[in-house]
Amino acid sequence: MAATTVAVPPAEMPLPHEYRGRVGMWCLIAAESAIFSIFVVAYLYYAGKSLGGPTPREVLHVPYFNSICLFSSSFTIVMAERAIARGKTKLFGIWWLLTIALGTIFILGTAREWYHLIYNDGLTISSSLFGTTFYSLVGLHAFHVIVGLIGLSLIMIFTALGYVEQEHVPKIEVFAMYWHFVDAVWVVVLTVVYFIAL
Amino acid sequence: MSNAESVLRPMPVSAAREDAKPFFDQVHEWIVTVDHKKLGLMYILYGILFLVIAGLEATVMRIQLAIPHNHFVSPQVFNQLFTMHGTTMVFLVGMPLLFGFANYLAPLMIGARDMAFPRLNAFSFWMSALGGIILYFSFLGGPGLYGAGSAPDVGWFAYAPLTSQAFSPGHSTDYWIIGLLVSGVGSIGTALNIVTTVLCMRCPGMTLGRMPLFAWLNLVMSAMVLIVISPLTAAQIMLLLDRYLGAHFFDTQAGGSAVIWMHFFWIFGHPEVYVLIIPGFAIASEIIPVFSRKPIFGYSIMVAATVAIGFVSLGVWAHHMFTIGMTSYANAFFVASTMAVGVPTGIKIFNWLGTMWGGKIRLTIPMLFCIGFLFQFLIAGLTGIMLAAAPFDWQLGNSYFVVAHFHYVLIGGLVFTIFAALYYWYPKVTGRMWNETLGKWHFWLFLIGFHLTFDFMHIPGVLGMPRRIYTYEPGRGWELWNMIVSIGVIFQIVGILFWVVNVVWSYLKGKPAGNDPWDAWTLEWATSSPPPEYNFAKIPVVRSRRPLWDLKHPEDPDWKYE
Repeated sequence: MAATTVAVPPAEMPLPHEYRGRVGMWCLIAAESAIFSIFVVAYLYYAGKSLGGPTPREVLHVPYFNSICLFSSSFTIVMAERAIARGKTKLFGIWWLLTIALGTIFILGTAREWYHLIYNDGLTISSSLFGTTFYSLVGLHAFHVIVGLIGLSLIMIFTALGYVEQEHVPKIEVFAMYWHFVDAVWVVVLTVVYFIAL
Repeated sequence: MSNAESVLRPMPVSAAREDAKPFFDQVHEWIVTVDHKKLGLMYILYGILFLVIAGLEATVMRIQLAIPHNHFVSPQVFNQLFTMHGTTMVFLVGMPLLFGFANYLAPLMIGARDMAFPRLNAFSFWMSALGGIILYFSFLGGPGLYGAGSAPDVGWFAYAPLTSQAFSPGHSTDYWIIGLLVSGVGSIGTALNIVTTVLCMRCPGMTLGRMPLFAWLNLVMSAMVLIVISPLTAAQIMLLLDRYLGAHFFDTQAGGSAVIWMHFFWIFGHPEVYVLIIPGFAIASEIIPVFSRKPIFGYSIMVAATVAIGFVSLGVWAHHMFTIGMTSYANAFFVASTMAVGVPTGIKIFNWLGTMWGGKIRLTIPMLFCIGFLFQFLIAGLTGIMLAAAPFDWQLGNSYFVVAHFHYVLIGGLVFTIFAALYYWYPKVTGRMWNETLGKWHFWLFLIGFHLTFDFMHIPGVLGMPRRIYTYEPGRGWELWNMIVSIGVIFQIVGILFWVVNVVWSYLKGKPAGNDPWDAWTLEWATSSPPPEYNFAKIPVVRSRRPLWDLKHPEDPDWKYE
């Protein structure tokens, strides 16, 4: 380029490729949030409009223990991330297993709650609007916890087989974002179902 | 600069076409591909296939409505036709075509070798394809082809309580729900992929302020898809729970609300219109500057207006619901927000006009389609403003005036830009030039057909003809207009036949196009036609909004002024 007389400015670097996992997960979280928003809106809109059946005040008990377990799992997964970032695979496995255990306790707690609601209180998805919106919103969240548990378990199996190394930190971080999101949604669901719309 | 020049030097046209390989190997290659260009083409072909199908459905409807007291099809089939026509055009034609263009072009324009997640890309395409197959399997399911099977007949917005088990027994509505749920998963996957690609896969120097508007607008469109498709998915899950588990979301007898389905649907449904038209804007924003020989007028305003449309369009949905009787506060809010969304849209029209103003306009086929788009989209916007006024809407809501309005947006606006894009990038994709004469026939016939059909469709609407009626009495003054509207369809079909002939003939016999037939400025014209699998031998480096201008005019590069 002989004709160039002006110094060519350096090219700025845009967002690096390594961020794509996180950006992708943020997109998924945005889409999931929109789905949850609609179910939350439906829950609030129909609160107190049931034509019969047990009311939330009669049958719902705030699941303190369950919630503490789920919220703590966000802490244990952060500890697991830190361990793998420093290359401590064994420590990573322990924290990861603890996360799975806490998530499992949560889901078993939900199962127990539902069992009581269905067989003792007679609240089903078709019994009243409260049942419809309660089971669909809490169930949608539980479904996400189960998907998260399947993912956590897969990574646990790979860890046990010795495939997970320090170089996988970015992928584990992306997965942990999903788990944090599931926890954050529980903050909203818990507040709406057990505190606001009683 | 010498570095950039060697990067952007056109590569030799890949001479070896793929027809050397055995047929089944080629098919296998397309099925397992994760290449963004092949997936983009499959999206486009898929969209065109369904465009033909949905077009034929519309044709049958227009035959039915051409004269009063007609019995060309049964009322039941007519209901299925308008349901399938609308659903198909939105989900199986509009979205796949636009995702196809974004898939094919966005990585090329930002100097990337592929999308951010190539395998997710393939997964999303096949999910969308599966959704379409499920929806159309409904014609074969149930009682089979006889009597058009059990195709959905609840309208494309499937209002409650018509969709409940009591009023919609059998599986016709389930095909609608499941088909759209599945293709929705594909849409979310592709939207996520486009956002990530545009943000993370840009080549050095491709800052946000230098991205081609095509990439910018598709970024906004995809971000909208993420939060717009989800409400529909959520509402459809609720509908499935209602139909199969006895839930009461939309069951008015148990205290549920039919109106809340309308809200949920239109929270999806109205932003969806902008999801469809923004890529149309993206196409116009690439083509108009190149054929006006001027850079786009008001680049940053264009981006800002698009982002504004993205936000404001999320708050206008209930203008579809003025006639259900909302409070006057809700009416006032949605009138105001709907009129407000017209402002950034108007800004865009002035930007395109400003680009053409004083330019050396070349009236090629893509440019002709873009000018048609400008003119028609303006009228579509004006009837939109009319319908945004609640009292006007009380009079004309649910009439053929509304049908004419949104077909003006989606055909006069969107389909015209899609044809512009199909002509503009055809040389890049095939390496061949199309025939100018056949293209002119296509444009003029389609333009005449469009105006015959959709200009005159406003009139029976004003005269009180409701949409979705199966037939009508003579003597209401609707006959002439309906006949003209139906005659317009013939012109449109013949016009599109010219396009089909042009595509096939040019693919086989067209002149070689070269890498840059339009003397354009964006990066896709820097590589060969068709581009190699890796797009760029060396990742390009850009320093302005028009990297190819810089390359062709080293003595006067754009980056000196930006």
